[in-house]
Amino acid sequence: MEAKTLFDKIWDAHVVKKVEGGPNVLYIDRHLIHEVTSPVAFLGLKNRGLKVFRPDKTTATPDHNVPTQDQHLSIKDELSRNQVEKLKQNCAEHGIVYHDLQSEGHGIVHIIGPEMGLTQPGMTIVCGDSHTSTHGAFGAIAFGIGTSEVEMVFASQCIMQPKPKKMRITVNGELSKGVTAKDIALYIISKISTSGGTGHFIEYAGSAITGLSMEGRMTLCNLSIESGARGGMIAPDETTFAYVKGRQFAPKGEEWDNAVAKWKELKSDDGAVFDTEYVYDAADIEPMITYGTNPGMGVGVTQSIPTSEGMEGTDKTTYIKSLQYMGYHEGDSMKGKPVDYVFLGSCTNGRIEDFRAFAEFVKGKQKAPGVDAWLVPGSKRVESQIREEGLTEILEAAGFELRQPGCSACLAMNEDKIPEGKYAVSTTNRNFEGRQGPGSRTMLASPLTAAAAAVTGVVTDPREMM
Amino acid sequence: MAYDKFSVINTPAVPLPIENVDTDQIIPARFLKAVERKGFGDNLFRDWRYEKDGTPKADFPLNNPKYSGKILVGGKNFGSGSSREHAAWAIYDYGFRVVVSSFFADIFKGNALNNGLLPVVVTPEFLQKIFDAIEKDATTAFEVDLEKQTFTITATGESAEFEINPYKKHCLQNGLDDIDYLVAMKDEIAAFEG
Ligand code: SF4
Repeated sequence: MEAKTLFDKIWDAHVVKKVEGGPNVLYIDRHLIHEVTSPVAFLGLKNRGLKVFRPDKTTATPDHNVPTQDQHLSIKDELSRNQVEKLKQNCAEHGIVYHDLQSEGHGIVHIIGPEMGLTQPGMTIVCGDSHTSTHGAFGAIAFGIGTSEVEMVFASQCIMQPKPKKMRITVNGELSKGVTAKDIALYIISKISTSGGTGHFIEYAGSAITGLSMEGRMTLCNLSIESGARGGMIAPDETTFAYVKGRQFAPKGEEWDNAVAKWKELKSDDGAVFDTEYVYDAADIEPMITYGTNPGMGVGVTQSIPTSEGMEGTDKTTYIKSLQYMGYHEGDSMKGKPVDYVFLGSCTNGRIEDFRAFAEFVKGKQKAPGVDAWLVPGSKRVESQIREEGLTEILEAAGFELRQPGCSACLAMNEDKIPEGKYAVSTTNRNFEGRQGPGSRTMLASPLTAAAAAVTGVVTDPREMM
Repeated sequence: MAYDKFSVINTPAVPLPIENVDTDQIIPARFLKAVERKGFGDNLFRDWRYEKDGTPKADFPLNNPKYSGKILVGGKNFGSGSSREHAAWAIYDYGFRVVVSSFFADIFKGNALNNGLLPVVVTPEFLQKIFDAIEKDATTAFEVDLEKQTFTITATGESAEFEINPYKKHCLQNGLDDIDYLVAMKDEIAAFEG
């Protein structure tokens, strides 16, 4: 038998049909929806006189647009409120489970899926949001889709997709102290660029990857899309099974045993061929920080901003424009750069482990007076867990307060916007111009590096304070 | 979503010689609050196109009266970032039917094709020739022929072939979309579910 990759095994098992000279019709096991990319799809469905084909495979929650303070009040912004209301109505009309604000199941779609056990190995999972790649951490094929495709899944539980190429990224060795999954991801993207993964689906492998917790794996897979890849995945193992076991929608009893037996087959066969391979050494990775306006523009926190020497044409003009936007200069050292805001949260780093790391770091220290810090849990469950574990007290003693769950300043659709010209160290995924508010300047980093910036008020190597 | 059938387009082009044009620039998140698909073209490239008070920035190509046409020419890695289909809608709604670049982000490319917007990939050298041709004469025309899969600089006659999946080509030429196709397959899909 031909040696197959993990990706091939799952993909091939979900192909309903191969269209002549065209894409594959791919069956979708789980469809997650939110308020921003679904309303037009629902409208399209209505115009065609159709109903959602498999509402039981669809789960909804409002996250992109919601306030992170006073969630018990009605949403102030009229347009945002309207979108959230629309989602609720559409779900009621089509029989889709909807996790409302403040309910136990509320949160960022990519955080609640795994929490509820909706995300399982071997599945195909889509959502109208590019960071759907997060769910690949469980050994699932998970990727973001556009609104037309959301409508396709509504109408038929399938989408039409060409099969992507396969890439394997192996990170060998052990991570050093203070280096996290976020740093691995930013390191990889700084090497292969924001277009290096285009056309590919990534499988991450190697001891530095299998050594990661599920939270860390989710952070890494989440950022796959920032390299241009469709998604990223990690073969499921005991760490995965232990995380899924006992969750609300996880298989139970005998079904569980059968499921695990099947999941154990989900790995790339020896000799399976990848279109592209990269191998890195974990020892080369230090805490990372970005200095420009795309996630590929990152360096180790002790490094300086690269010069444009050797660049030409639009490469060079784009680079210069980016540094101008940031107000930085070629050759500047990143350490010591002033920081106005710190944002901990998002589907990249809004899980319990991220809050634990942040809290542990700031314990016994004080927030720098000039820094505004927004700590936004990724979900209601994360929020509850933070409280139960007593992290709130630690954070408060250090001068930090917690907000309510949502996407928040990750994309600044709600009122959480970094003001023009201000610098934010952010645990999110995109440092594009204006991403965190018009004119905002974002430096992407891990929760530890964010915590170090929060207590010093400048870009700081977290290892110096651990 | 219904869109116009695509055959041949012959118009000047608007240049945007910037790399990694991401979807947050094409349509910033704060304009994604609509529940209908209307009027996104007004906010296309909003923050590059307008000052905060709404005055157009004179140096942005879309505000420069010398440029016109249904073709947008962008630098490499066009459409990176979020999966928001609003980016493709905004470009289409503004009046473009073709986007040319040497490289597109995957999701954007798929979204464009699903909305009657043709992404044309050319080599970096040919892309430079297009930019040069516009620089020389902003009114110079380009011909995009979907049937022949060619992009031609009319002034010099230089032509490049581009790739498109035959199924997608058929859809674009006939203004069809995937949903019609999938809905017709429902029995097959139900059988697959077992
Ligand atoms: S947290 Fe940010 S990246 Fe994640 S789903 Fe929300 S907006 Fe998208």
